[in-house]
Amino acid sequence: MDLLTPDLGLLFWQVVVFLGLFLILRAFAWKPITESLNERENNIQSALDLAEKTRQEMTALKADNEKLLAQARTEREAILRGAKETADKMVADSRVKAEAEGKRILEQAREAMQNERQALVAQMKKEVVTLSLDIAEKVLRKELSDKSSQEKLVNDLVSNSRLN
Amino acid sequence: MRSILNRLLLAIALVMSPIAFTQAQEHGHEGETVEHGETRKEGFDVGGMIMHHIKDEHGWELAHGVTIPLPVILYSPDRGLEVFSSSRLAHDQVYNGYKQVHGKIHRVDAAGNDDHEAKFYNFSITKNVASLLLSAIILLSIFPAVSRSYAKNRGKAPKGLQSFLEPIILFVRDEIAKPSIGPKYVKYLPYLLTLFFFILVNNLLGLLPGAANLTGNIAVTLVLAVITFLIVSFSGNKHYWMHIVKPTGVPWFVLPIMIPVEIVGVFMKPISLMVRLFANITAGHIIILSLLGLIFMANSLGGMTTSIAISPVVLFFTLFLNLIELLVAFLQAFIFTLLTAMYIGSAVEEHHEADHGIGFEGAEAH
Repeated sequence: MDLLTPDLGLLFWQVVVFLGLFLILRAFAWKPITESLNERENNIQSALDLAEKTRQEMTALKADNEKLLAQARTEREAILRGAKETADKMVADSRVKAEAEGKRILEQAREAMQNERQALVAQMKKEVVTLSLDIAEKVLRKELSDKSSQEKLVNDLVSNSRLN
Repeated sequence: MRSILNRLLLAIALVMSPIAFTQAQEHGHEGETVEHGETRKEGFDVGGMIMHHIKDEHGWELAHGVTIPLPVILYSPDRGLEVFSSSRLAHDQVYNGYKQVHGKIHRVDAAGNDDHEAKFYNFSITKNVASLLLSAIILLSIFPAVSRSYAKNRGKAPKGLQSFLEPIILFVRDEIAKPSIGPKYVKYLPYLLTLFFFILVNNLLGLLPGAANLTGNIAVTLVLAVITFLIVSFSGNKHYWMHIVKPTGVPWFVLPIMIPVEIVGVFMKPISLMVRLFANITAGHIIILSLLGLIFMANSLGGMTTSIAISPVVLFFTLFLNLIELLVAFLQAFIFTLLTAMYIGSAVEEHHEADHGIGFEGAEAH
């Protein structure tokens, strides 16, 4: 039992007990423990990986959404611009058309008025002629109603004719 | 530089210590008999007390006079197996022709003289063996239970004892095995874990009052070191062995020095493991016992008043040293396991280093 000389008995027991411990613990402790530790670590790692992947997907999705939104915005703008242009064009077209129509209507009206007036003037001329003739007839009839006046006129006319 | 110096000192200490200790023990024995016989009857023998505490014994002396008897198992070719209680050998009794002298069992003849002719082998359950069995029971009750709770909490967070031990297991795996051995660590992890927890539990058990000094026993550390040595040697790949007989990148004229150095190195590694653990734990016990011994020395030198007066100071230092010993218990378990892992790592390592600046062609020559 000296300090630096190993005892046979303790050597023997130490070998037996330590090897026994090693074999038992390896089978019933270290193997299951390290296996479940590895399993759990793998689980945690895969969960983390999944989270990271999901995050990346979310970012990608968000970027896609942004892109879509931007695209939609530009599209809307394009549509609006197109619509405005069309409307402007329509307004301008209809103005031109309306102007032309107005002009045409005015022209027609003017033409119609001209025709009316000419017709009117012609009518009036005719009326004035018949009226003048009627008056002249009536005046003549009154002037030449008695014999003396007829003779006088004939004399007048004869006298005037002789002189020539 | 320091590590080389340490190794040198260790080697010197290793060579010198058996001689020194044998002498010391002989002196001690002589001195004891002289002192006990004549001069200092009531003087307190601190050295004897310390040696008694750190060495093995038949029967477990928990306190002075309170001894748990343990089985003595002897095998001799002529008488076969003999088993009896260690209490039969107490108080220098002779039983079945066996007598205990300074804790060692001797065979005596009818007249009571030592019988040096008769050979027998002592497989007794001594205090250390009992402590060893106790630690085995502790380990076997803790870890299979922890393993079961892993099976129960499959894929869930650890609970209770499991969560206390898991960081230590992970520490051994991630800080000791993985970096030192590399990708092949899985094969060696069970051994490293067993080694770590065996040393740790026994270091801590040894700190209890009245406990055995198991990891401070050379036989125990010898077995652990030899197992490590065997594992390293059987794991050694071609490169590991070639490096010993033909270190790469060393000029030929240095080889006569290098080869013996490398061969000594192979054996020095386990020897350093053995001595480091043994010496650290034993030294810790000796320091604590010496400090406590101061009280009793004061009692025998200056009387009761002196010993009471120095007690608080001594107790303070003892407490402090006990805390350091707690640290050392963990530290030595860690160092033994780490060095074992590093030695295994150097043996299984694939060849990609140590061309000592010669270039890769030179390294590939073998």
